[in-house]
Amino acid sequence: MPDATGLELAAQRVRDVLDDDAVVGTSYHHELATLEVAPARVHDVLEHLRDHDEESYGFLASLHGCDYLPSEPRLGVHYQLLSMQRRERLGVKTRVGVDDPVVPSVTDLFPTADFQEREVYDFFGVVFDGHPDMRRILMPEDYEGHPQRRDFPMGGEPVLFTFNEHKLPRWYD
Amino acid sequence: MEVTRSKVPASKGDLRIRQRQAQQLLRGELEGEDLDSYVESRLLLTKFEDAQNWARKNAIWPLGFGLACCAIEMITTIGSPRNDLSRFGAEVIRFSPRQADMLILSGRVSIKMAPIIRRIYDQMLEPKWVISMGACASSAGMFNNYALVAGADKFLPVDVYVPGCPPRPEALIYGIMKLQEKIMSGPDQGWRERYSAEGTEEATDDLA
Repeated sequence: MPDATGLELAAQRVRDVLDDDAVVGTSYHHELATLEVAPARVHDVLEHLRDHDEESYGFLASLHGCDYLPSEPRLGVHYQLLSMQRRERLGVKTRVGVDDPVVPSVTDLFPTADFQEREVYDFFGVVFDGHPDMRRILMPEDYEGHPQRRDFPMGGEPVLFTFNEHKLPRWYD
Repeated sequence: MEVTRSKVPASKGDLRIRQRQAQQLLRGELEGEDLDSYVESRLLLTKFEDAQNWARKNAIWPLGFGLACCAIEMITTIGSPRNDLSRFGAEVIRFSPRQADMLILSGRVSIKMAPIIRRIYDQMLEPKWVISMGACASSAGMFNNYALVAGADKFLPVDVYVPGCPPRPEALIYGIMKLQEKIMSGPDQGWRERYSAEGTEEATDDLA
């Protein structure tokens, strides 16, 4: 794990190579170093971290989505990078709004991102620009909505128990 | 250890006596009351439907089909010598729906899986039976959310519901015994007649 200082150094290296707006901020919690990145620059930052940085990360361990309702911008995409050589992990985070949730795809850098980006699209509605096959992966193709968003109704049906029997329509009528 | 021997008294069911009587019958030596009593003891009278149902209930072949964690429980119930479902004639798992009599819905049914299960059910030959095993297949259980069908009876007829999360092997075996009772009571063989669903057939365009 890069420590808090190592994280700041890594963030500064990214800022030097790209530009100051690429890295929005850093956070260091529970020994996990995380770069916060502008959504449009995700691909550039990950490409730099994979290929050009002096402490490079060759493996995308995980890519997942998140909904931060009620804070804005609501949606987030998290990337977990792993360096097999140094046994170090680095998180990369980005935040996009619900109105125009577009993040550049990193499938050309990490082929493993293909299905995971489709999953994030399926459940959170984040569109990955440049993805070769942007469709739903788990829910049925004709499903409407993105069910893991926090404002999405839970769904399901009330189950008949003795305590709520009088509230539900009489099933045996 | 001391061994004592005693002569077993010859009973009516003694094999040698029965063999002797069979010989005599074939030779035409049995007559009168002896003939009557012999024929009576060798005959079993029943209705053809009862015999058919009896045969069916003792050879319910389940489809090799599992949905989730209840499937593991179902496999141990069917496959393990401890529970030994072959006592009830339901241990021969068939992996083709054409050869199976019973579909055990073991696990949660997702809305994406439901049409596939329905197709498998439609491929099975009549008479066919469905056991809904566990809370999830019966009512979506603890996964009562956007992804699951709350109750498999929404898209196919279910004969026996087995509650539990997962049900114990005894519970599943009890469900199968309940199904046997049901088969023995002689319901209609086709599921549409059994559940008064005539007229719900959906004809495809090229057949209509």
